Amino acid sequence: MTPMATALAPLVGQVEIHSRTGENAPCQAQQGKVFCLDWAIDNFDRYTTPLLNQLLLVLIAVAIGFVVAFAFAVLSHRQRWLIPTFTAATGVLYTIPSLAFIFLLLPITGLGWETAIIVLSVYTLQIIYRNIVAGLNNVPPESKDAGRGMGMTDRQLLWRVELPLALPEIIAGLRIATVSTVAISTLMVFANVNTLGQPLYQQIDFKTNIVIAGGLSILMAIVLDVMLLLAQRLLAPWRKPSMEAMT
Amino acid sequence: MVTGHWRLRAAFVFVAALVIALGVAACGGGDDDTDTGTSGGGSANLIKSNPANNGIQLTVGSKNFTEALILGDIYAQALQAAGYDVKTNLNLGSEVIAYKALQDGEISGYPEYTSTLLTSIFGKEADQVPADAQGAYQQAQQELEPKGETAFQPTPFADANALGMLKTKADELGVTKISELQGKSQDLNLYGSPECRQRVDCLVGLQDTYGLQFKSFNPVDIGLRYTVLDKGQADASILFTSDAQLAANPDKYVLLEDDKGIFPSGNVIWITDQSTVQKAGPDYQATIEKVQQGLTLPVMQELNARVDIDKQDPADVATQYLKETGYIQ
Amino acid sequence: MSAAFHLGLLNVFGDAIDFIFNQQEARTGQTTVGGPDQVFHLTGQHLKVTFLALGLAVLIALPTGVALGHFRRGEAVAISLGNAGRAVPELALIAFVAAFIGVGLLNVTFALAVLGIPPILTNSYVGVSQVDRNAVEAARGMGMRGLQVVARVELPLAVPTIMAGVRTAAINIIATAALASLAGLSTLGDLILGRNVYGDAGVVAGAIMIALLAITLELGLAGLQWVLTPRGLKVARAGAQARSRQEPRPWMRPRTAPGPRP
Repeated sequence: MTPMATALAPLVGQVEIHSRTGENAPCQAQQGKVFCLDWAIDNFDRYTTPLLNQLLLVLIAVAIGFVVAFAFAVLSHRQRWLIPTFTAATGVLYTIPSLAFIFLLLPITGLGWETAIIVLSVYTLQIIYRNIVAGLNNVPPESKDAGRGMGMTDRQLLWRVELPLALPEIIAGLRIATVSTVAISTLMVFANVNTLGQPLYQQIDFKTNIVIAGGLSILMAIVLDVMLLLAQRLLAPWRKPSMEAMT
Repeated sequence: MVTGHWRLRAAFVFVAALVIALGVAACGGGDDDTDTGTSGGGSANLIKSNPANNGIQLTVGSKNFTEALILGDIYAQALQAAGYDVKTNLNLGSEVIAYKALQDGEISGYPEYTSTLLTSIFGKEADQVPADAQGAYQQAQQELEPKGETAFQPTPFADANALGMLKTKADELGVTKISELQGKSQDLNLYGSPECRQRVDCLVGLQDTYGLQFKSFNPVDIGLRYTVLDKGQADASILFTSDAQLAANPDKYVLLEDDKGIFPSGNVIWITDQSTVQKAGPDYQATIEKVQQGLTLPVMQELNARVDIDKQDPADVATQYLKETGYIQ
Repeated sequence: MSAAFHLGLLNVFGDAIDFIFNQQEARTGQTTVGGPDQVFHLTGQHLKVTFLALGLAVLIALPTGVALGHFRRGEAVAISLGNAGRAVPELALIAFVAAFIGVGLLNVTFALAVLGIPPILTNSYVGVSQVDRNAVEAARGMGMRGLQVVARVELPLAVPTIMAGVRTAAINIIATAALASLAGLSTLGDLILGRNVYGDAGVVAGAIMIALLAITLELGLAGLQWVLTPRGLKVARAGAQARSRQEPRPWMRPRTAPGPRP
């Protein structure tokens, strides 16, 4: 690597200009290399902020989606005629691709965390709502009879019998929603939020970068999924969720 | 008695605690931090921190491709070294978004190309843009001043769009100028950014001014502009004259000469508004104009190379530039 | 929320609709953008790659899932593939294909098909393996052999589940096709990612078109599902829904004294 003298204005120091002719080029400068470990280790801190942002975004969005879907489900548990309405509404919102949704919100909330949270939460509504309703529907009638027989009010029945028994389905829904949300949150780079999609988009031709950013996102999804699975085993070990809830 | 009840409560508490803990951690690792250069005596180049600038907040913006990011980081770190309180917003997309951010007051200023400013923002034709840096700068000032904005002196280097090919392909076709593609372009696949299709300093100019019809135009992310040439998928690709890859591989790629002048060349000028200039004092303009003096074309290509080829972080490369030239220690 | 805010909102959406139907001067005034020709051309491209990819995904995943479900093998793989497929970020997939393999229609179709395979595979498996065993036994008892059992009994009964998977795949594919403009293919994503050139009106117009496309495709596939679902299943489902609505209303429940505690 030979520094070349450049003709600069007087008194300004010289920037060392390196010659880059291939043979001694480091791993990341070579087009063909799939994964450069040294570069990955040195530059890992580039991914920490996007990673944490993504995690935070996912947790907030799934939490909000869960609260809203839960409210819908409790409401439609009493007023069963609401079920088709809520299912259709959440279904339509689910069908709208998230990228399009971001820009449909452009005139309303602009770009930023607000838009990203709205898009991500709305996307989780259908699956969580559907699974809570399915879980409540799958509660064995005997359990409900037993509860009524013990003198429980409707409200006590819901909270002490039906919901705990529906827990496997509810958590299955949360798992699906969380994994999907992690994947979609990479797209929030288009809403100006610095998630793992940002380093990906910035250096879209750098293979190591794609492997790291994509890999971290998938890893996050797996970890959250496993955590929720453990939670389900802990909280409701006596039941496995129905197949309907898993797909 | 169903015992699921307390488990539910435990679960909620656990999740809430997790969310709070992660929220605290995330806030800790939050926004971009700018690298600070230190002040001190020594070489005449050194930017000295002026206590009068402490507490004056400036937000440095930039567009979101390599060259813009490096420039944004250089200016941000230089202003920080001069004692200003600097925040950065280095991801502003394209010129429309960046200019709008300036007008909305979200940023104090950002580096823009004279050519882009005049053609894209102010709607001038490519041949109305003066070819020399000072001429373009004067024209830009004329457009900006009525709007309450202003620009600082231009950088030594200029950048422009260009039509590039592999040298082997250009030799095969026997072309050195774009106009020589007449009659040959209908067999060529052209690759450019998605917006190139609608830009006069891109596909529209090639079609209207040169009268060229290409076999196909394919949009790709600008990060892939050399990849598609290397892989043989593109016969021609829209490149930039200050690209690192051109300097690093002078025998591999060739830029065809723009003989009809559809690709105006632009030096970079710092655009800001007049009220910020008043508020920030003389060091604002002085620092920016001082720190960019080292940015000749070879230097800019070298800095681009450190990011695009060596895959370093733009902020680190900006710091290296400032240290190697002696502006900060 | 003020009236001015609402008016401003209508403005942008109005501009977007205008963008779709009227070709207009570009922001810089030197070329034209928008208009039905351009928008519908991009829509056509978008649909083309969606159908190609969906077709490829169905071709690969449907027979595989049905076969696995029929023989009741590979449940772990089928289910975890579905979960894994959900975890793949679309932007990373497009970038991966663009950087590692190449750009262009073929490569993008391949990437989108990869996205569509997991839900179809999983749901085909689940749908077929969950078919009522009695129906399968009855069919075998009537002398039907393997392929006939699949075609006459298992597939029709599994239609709702399988179609749910196809619909999920379709939505994912049509959403990711918007990113194809990063990888060599002009689709409606051009409008969305080209705010610089097409302006806010163009961006919102692109978003509206994609949303409409997705909803239409979903409705179309829902219609297809209705057509393919055997009548018996439709009757059974209606019955189940009616039964679930028969849960006694609170005021109708007979009041009984609490019985002895168990």
